Formats: sequence, structure tokens, C-alpha cells
Amino acid sequence: MRPFLYERPTSVSAAIAMASRLDARNVAPTQAKTQFIAGGTNLADYMKLGVAQPERLLDLNELTEPALRQIKTDDDTIRFGALVRMGEAADNNDVRRRCPLLADSLKFAASGQLRNMASLAGNVLQRTRCEYFRETSWPCNKREPGSGCAAMQGVNRQHAVLGTSDACIATYHGDFAQALIALDAVVEVEGQRGPRKIPFASLHRLPGDTPNIETDLAADEVIVAIEVPLDPWSRRSRYLKIRDRESYAFALASAAVALEMDGNTVRQARIALGGVATVPWRARAAEDALRGNVLDDKIAAAAAEAAFADARPREHNAFKIPLGKRTLVRALLETRDMKV
Amino acid sequence: MSNSTSPSGLSRRTFMTGSVTAAAAMPLMATSPKAAELSPARAAEPRDLSTISLRINKQAYTLALDNRTSLLDALRDHVGLTGTKKGCDHGQCGACTVLVDGKRVLSCLSFAVMNQGREITTVEGLASADGELHPVQQAFVDHDAFQCGYCTPGQIVSAIGCIDEGHAGSEDDIREYMSGNLCRCAAYPNIVAAIIQARDEIRRA
Repeated sequence: MRPFLYERPTSVSAAIAMASRLDARNVAPTQAKTQFIAGGTNLADYMKLGVAQPERLLDLNELTEPALRQIKTDDDTIRFGALVRMGEAADNNDVRRRCPLLADSLKFAASGQLRNMASLAGNVLQRTRCEYFRETSWPCNKREPGSGCAAMQGVNRQHAVLGTSDACIATYHGDFAQALIALDAVVEVEGQRGPRKIPFASLHRLPGDTPNIETDLAADEVIVAIEVPLDPWSRRSRYLKIRDRESYAFALASAAVALEMDGNTVRQARIALGGVATVPWRARAAEDALRGNVLDDKIAAAAAEAAFADARPREHNAFKIPLGKRTLVRALLETRDMKV
Repeated sequence: MSNSTSPSGLSRRTFMTGSVTAAAAMPLMATSPKAAELSPARAAEPRDLSTISLRINKQAYTLALDNRTSLLDALRDHVGLTGTKKGCDHGQCGACTVLVDGKRVLSCLSFAVMNQGREITTVEGLASADGELHPVQQAFVDHDAFQCGYCTPGQIVSAIGCIDEGHAGSEDDIREYMSGNLCRCAAYPNIVAAIIQARDEIRRA
């Protein structure tokens, strides 16, 4: 691991000023000399592996703004402070009652220990688990731009079938992000250029030719809150996660579903897919296929077909397409049948 | 992974038999000439040691550590509390579980320097002063909830966190919320039985 300086800012503005001091403005946060750390579950791991090499860590756990550690709910929104831990949010009764999808996407992620450590903001920014990204002896366009992608011809069972490019097929493995993109969450950010709000769907960037640039954030920007609007479909919502083992594993395929029903007819649908795409993945074509239709096995299957119409499998991950479709069908039917 | 000689020069066996009392009686002061020579005028460098204060099992320790030192390595190699185990060292096995401010966390993924001012509890800090085992420790003995024992300190500390969080309500809950602790010997049925016994005892108390 590269040696690093360690500092503990006590306010968001101080953290931003300290991050701005050393770094060029146009460096991706993951490549910046100064990086923020909160739970550390992802960054510390990648520092040990030599994948992340910050020269200076700014520990955000001493920030004193109370809102950073609070979950606030009113009639229209749930607002998660950035430093709220995953476990706390998963156990919040108000969150579970108002939007089971949010609570379950957190409950079925990682382990009890990791959920106690990981902050919500850090969780949505977690980096891929692609083995070729994690092991620095392999070429990887995400880790070393232009070096190539070992996963293309390698063992790519875990890799993405949606949102891929010729440069990168690494999966985005997070769960909470699928709930957030399905529910049109908004990310509140503060930085040297002032505060701004980013629609969750614009936070992550498709790999394209620059898989090393993973998000829309600048190196001196800090997520301070994640706001989730509460809508008529929030209560009838669910997260289904299919894994190699039943707990403590990343999704092979997952589905985040929220439905507003009028009897058996779908008034509104919100759908996102995990484990199968390079970024948090909103399945708008599937939503369109459902809207206005009676939700039965046939229309659920049609929605699943639409969701994976553009899927591009590699040698070992073609199974994710039928698995992803069946996961979505089951999630849709189970969400339809929820008592709310 | 584990040194045959402890930092204080004791053999591993001697150290294991004496570690609990020794650590309790004389907190180790790790000092370094490098830290002492630091001129206040010079800007900090990444390789400088940081002087950090940790509270571990209700004892105060002052250590001079490289910022890269994980909480796990600080506990094992610098304080001499080797009860907490290093399994994968990447947050995948749970062997290194400790309590920080009462919450179970993975000490391998936490830099020691980030734990200043927090209350750290390791497996060595669970039994009472008179040697009476914590209900979870006793339950693991009663149910033979281990074979090789390597994952056991992590399992026990994690189980305490799991019960405290209210996630030990059913066998299914226990299996779900203890899934971060792998047991290569697959003693899982006995671990679940031990946690149920301990949960009920803690509830009664």
C-alpha cells in the first residue's frame, strides 16, 4: 500500500477546501491524490490491493453537521444523510414501512459488519468487483486507461451484459443504487464550485471509452445527502436478489420494482436491474411495456424481454440474460401480490 | 500472517498464556525514534508515524503507527491482543470482527488511525474480571460451536453484535445476519444453537 497522509476535517466546507488544495480540478475522484474516506470498506480494500493509491485521506467521520447522520422523513420524501450507515437505514422502521424496496436493498447487501461500517454515500460510489480490476497484474482500462481489458477474453461469468463497451464490461455490484435509480432519487453534493443536485440516474457514467471515469463527481465534491421522493408506488415495492449463495454475496441478477396498481392494471412502474449492468440500470423499456396493462405472467415476461433486448453476452455470462429475465418476472409478480 | 515471536519478544506460546493479564496490567507503549525526531516545522510526510490514542477493552493505549496500519494489525502486532484473527484481510470472512462503540465491524478494513476516540472491544474484553465467560462465549462452549476455532473469536463478537441489534429473533434471522462470518469447518448448526441460548440468557438478564 502506498503511504498516505491522514487528516480529519470537522466540517463539509473544510473537507472541500482541503481536497481542493492539492488536486487538479479535472482529475477523476478515484485517481485524485487526495481522497475522502468514510466507512472505508471499499477504499481500504482497494488501497491494500494497490488499485487505489491516494497520497492523502480525508476522514469524513468527524464532520459535525448533524444532518449528515440523520434520516428525515416527511410526507413527500425520505432524506438520508450521507454518513448514515447502511445497517441503520436498513433497520429504520419508517423507511421499511414507507418503501420496502429501500430497506431490502440495504438489508440484502454485504454483511452485518460491513453494513455497520459503510456509509450510504460511500455505498453508492463503491467500485466494481471485477477480478481483473482488483488484481493489478492484469490489463484493465478502468484501472489503467488504455491498457486493455482482460475480462473480454477471460473468465467473465460475473460480468455485465447491459451498458458494456469495447473498453469495459465490469459490473456495478451495488444494491441500494438500484433502489435509488428506480425511485428517481436525487444526490445532494457540495464542492468548491458550490452545492448542486444530481439526479441519481446521472451520478454514474457508462464506461464508453473512459471506464476510469465512473461518476459525475469532481475530486473536491462530497455527497452530503440522498433524497428519495415518496410516490404512490413507494409502498408496493420490493428488491429481489439472486446470488450464488443465499446471503453475503453480490447479485448475479437482481430487480428493484415499485408499482402503482389500479386493481390488476399497472398505473405506474419503476424498475431497475442489478448484477447485470455496468452502472445502476433503469429499465425504462420494461416500465413502458407494463404501463396501462393488466399485470399477468405474459405481460411480465414481455417486460422482461424488453429489459434485456439490448443485452450483449460474453463467453461465460450469457446465463445472466435468462436469469435476469426470470428475476424480473418473479419480482414483478411478487410486488403485484404485496398487501399494502 | 502471524509472527512466531510477538513484538514484545515473548514466544507465541508464552504470549498466548499470559497475554490477557499482561496486556491488562501494562499497556504497551510503542514509541518510535522517527516520531520523536519529528520537527514541528517540517510538513508531514506520508511515511511519518502518527501518534494515536486507542481505547481497547477499557484500557487506554498510545501507539506510534504508520497510517497504513489496519485496526486488526494494531491489535495483534502492536498491542499484542492476538485473539482477534486475520483470515482474508479483505473483509470477506469476518474472522477479524471487533466491536467499535458497541457495533460489530471488520478490523481489517478499518485503519487504526480512524479509530481514535472510539471504544474498541475485542474477544479478550468479553469475560468479566473474575473470569466468568460472557453468555455468548459460554454458549459456544456449551454447544461445541466450533472445530478448529480460528473463526470463533469473530463469530462470538459478531454474535454479540447480532443479538444487540435485535437480529437474532429466529434461526433464519441468525443465519442471515451472521452470514458475514464464515466457518470453514461448517459448525453453523451449533453456532446458531449457541446464539439462541445466549440470546435467551441475555434477554433474561
